[in-house]
Amino acid sequence: MFKEIAVQVKNSILFVAVFTVLCGLLYPVGMTLVGQLVFPKQAAGSMIVVGGKTVGSELIGQPFDDPKYFWSRPSATSPFAYNASNSSGSNLGPTNPAFISGIKANVDAARKANPDMAAAPVPMDLVTASASGLDPHISPAAAEYQAARVAKARHLDPAKVEAFIAQNTQGRWLGFIGDPGVNVVKLNLALDELK
Amino acid sequence: MTSNQWLQIIAYFVVLLALAIPLGIYMGKVYENKPLFLSKLFGWLEKLIYKLGGIHPEKEMDWKGYALSMLLFNIVGGLILYAMERFQASLPLNPAGQSAVPPDLAFNTAISFITNTNWQFYGGESTMSYLTQMAGLAVHNFLCAASGMATLVALIRGIVRKETKFLGNFWVDMTRGTLYILLPLSLIFTMILIQQGTPQTFGNTVNASLVQPTSYDQPVTTAAGVPVTVDGKPQMTHVVVTEQPISLGPVASQEAIKMLGTNGGGYFNVNSAHPYENPTPFIDFLELLAILLIPAALCFTFGSMVKDHRQGWAILAAMFLLLAPMLYICVQQEQAGNPLLNKLTMGTHGETLADGNMEGKEVRFGIVNSSLWASITTAASNGSVNAMHDSFTPLGGMVPMWMIMLGEVSFGGVGSGLYGMLAFVILAVFVAGLMVGRTPEYLGKKIQTYEMKMASIMILIPPLLVLVCTAVAVATGGNGTNNPGAHGFSELLYAFDSMSNNNGSAFAGLSATTLYNLMGGAAMWFGRFWLAIPVLAMAGSLAKKKAVPESAGTLPTHTVLFVVMLISTVVIVGALTFFPALALGPIVEHLKMVRM
Repeated sequence: MFKEIAVQVKNSILFVAVFTVLCGLLYPVGMTLVGQLVFPKQAAGSMIVVGGKTVGSELIGQPFDDPKYFWSRPSATSPFAYNASNSSGSNLGPTNPAFISGIKANVDAARKANPDMAAAPVPMDLVTASASGLDPHISPAAAEYQAARVAKARHLDPAKVEAFIAQNTQGRWLGFIGDPGVNVVKLNLALDELK
Repeated sequence: MTSNQWLQIIAYFVVLLALAIPLGIYMGKVYENKPLFLSKLFGWLEKLIYKLGGIHPEKEMDWKGYALSMLLFNIVGGLILYAMERFQASLPLNPAGQSAVPPDLAFNTAISFITNTNWQFYGGESTMSYLTQMAGLAVHNFLCAASGMATLVALIRGIVRKETKFLGNFWVDMTRGTLYILLPLSLIFTMILIQQGTPQTFGNTVNASLVQPTSYDQPVTTAAGVPVTVDGKPQMTHVVVTEQPISLGPVASQEAIKMLGTNGGGYFNVNSAHPYENPTPFIDFLELLAILLIPAALCFTFGSMVKDHRQGWAILAAMFLLLAPMLYICVQQEQAGNPLLNKLTMGTHGETLADGNMEGKEVRFGIVNSSLWASITTAASNGSVNAMHDSFTPLGGMVPMWMIMLGEVSFGGVGSGLYGMLAFVILAVFVAGLMVGRTPEYLGKKIQTYEMKMASIMILIPPLLVLVCTAVAVATGGNGTNNPGAHGFSELLYAFDSMSNNNGSAFAGLSATTLYNLMGGAAMWFGRFWLAIPVLAMAGSLAKKKAVPESAGTLPTHTVLFVVMLISTVVIVGALTFFPALALGPIVEHLKMVRM
């Protein structure tokens, strides 16, 4: 029996070693080489480079609170919002009093910043924290909600702002899978380039 | 539910079925050692692995030998993984300079990854080095999935074979499962992931200049880390942030196997909610498919190995029908949203995501894909998340909790789901036998005391672990919860539900304590191997039996009647065991919410 166990332990060690080389080194290193060759931009994180400077990633959101920018969703990452080295949701439960008062503060801030929309309901995604804390998108409704404010702050024709929103909206895949989202970083960068 | 939501869900299940049927039949060939197209490409590698591993592939094992290999292999793998986590600071490929993982957390994580649980009491990007992620955690994503499939295949052989003690060779089943099923699928999936935006690099964290700088208040501390206070108030400094540090790594290669092997351990803290792990609706659709692909395909593998596809279809139907109503409840509850928030936003029960419960969800997935994911990741024992279950509405969040409580048999883990379901099949056959007063049999094998004992152990162990661990956690003060009241209890119940059943998803607000790390580690260990060993024992006993010819008194196990029997057995066991605990958590919270 002990001899049997000794043989099996030896087999186990060899097996873990062989598969560590195959699945833990050759596989990821091979995929990295091929990936960087075929899709270099995506493999490196889809970075946005403006004037030789990396200003963010197409896939990672950033925080905004200037009236001239579209605002992203609230983020629960610490120690600051949209910390892309520490992704996190709020994990607050639906009846937690601290959660409800936090949302109330977000709703009040959104209404105050967008007086033109006083009569409209506040889009839920604009006042709730995303799962990752890095959500690059807001819903088209949340972009519409802010469009008048941004147009005023930038002295732009509202129709032009609408066109920018449409340009930076990622639709549903095949027209029906997923939900449409407006990429906030790309939209704000496009508006900045206008000057 | 809106018509678009119905359409997305129907499209998902149609594509899933279309892929699972051919894959399942192909996998049957892999385990019956038939010649394959891929063995022309990788046959030399298979032979090389046997040679390097000192394995005689033609030598078959009895159930004890098979179980011994499986156990020792997992113990050895776990010890190596533990050592890798503890020493990662002095090992290569650690550009972000992660320090050694603390012992209790390393213990919990090592067991978590060898048991196909992938429970994570840590944030990946802030804890693990690149080496630990890809040469430690990701390797076990392959191996524990292959080990689960091997155990299932041994059970199927036990049912098919007659008057023998041999169940196959564990090492051969491991090698073929990895080489001909998991690796090829992962190679294809990794490339699609990279194309869509998942990083695959060994470069360090990139610091991007923020378009608009941000700031935060930080408490001032002394050199020893004690907060400084002025007039009793903590003193704060204003910190301006101009750069966004963006964590990267070899993410895509790990993401692929994490989804395919029902592992679910994310590269990043927020798992598949992270825009790098799950960048687009298209990838989300593929990752959803990957969760159920192999568990669903195994039903067809089963059908082709027992040479009766009706048996596989019957089990698949039962699995689907256990899931479907729960999925509906989850989507409906999340779309209806949180009435306490709707009051504040003046929102209505509308049809877009801007009306639903969006806390802890990502815009690109919306309500329906977040709810679909929550339901199927817990039906299968994947446990990855693309939304934070902790912030679901009370009844929406009860759905994933309940799917795990069923014992991970509605699809379940790769291999472990189907062998768990077969334990329920044996129980259902036995109950039916009692009703009509005949000796129960399944696929030509008599079900006797020994099989019933093993099936009962398999069905009773996980609920026992869940309830005892939750009770201990509550009795010791219920520390570490992120929310007060009933929801805090739900966090604890979910944690031990998830670990004992090897799922790995979480109400992630719960923080790790040494007790939870150690107790959870033990629960994951027993939840995996105290089921896998009885499975193999049962396989050994079934293989020795003679076949009983089918007679007029044989209960057919492919009929609608039997599917209903099977579903009832699973639901009754789950409901009787867990209803009191659910009443204390999500149900009481729901009642509180609608009356606030």
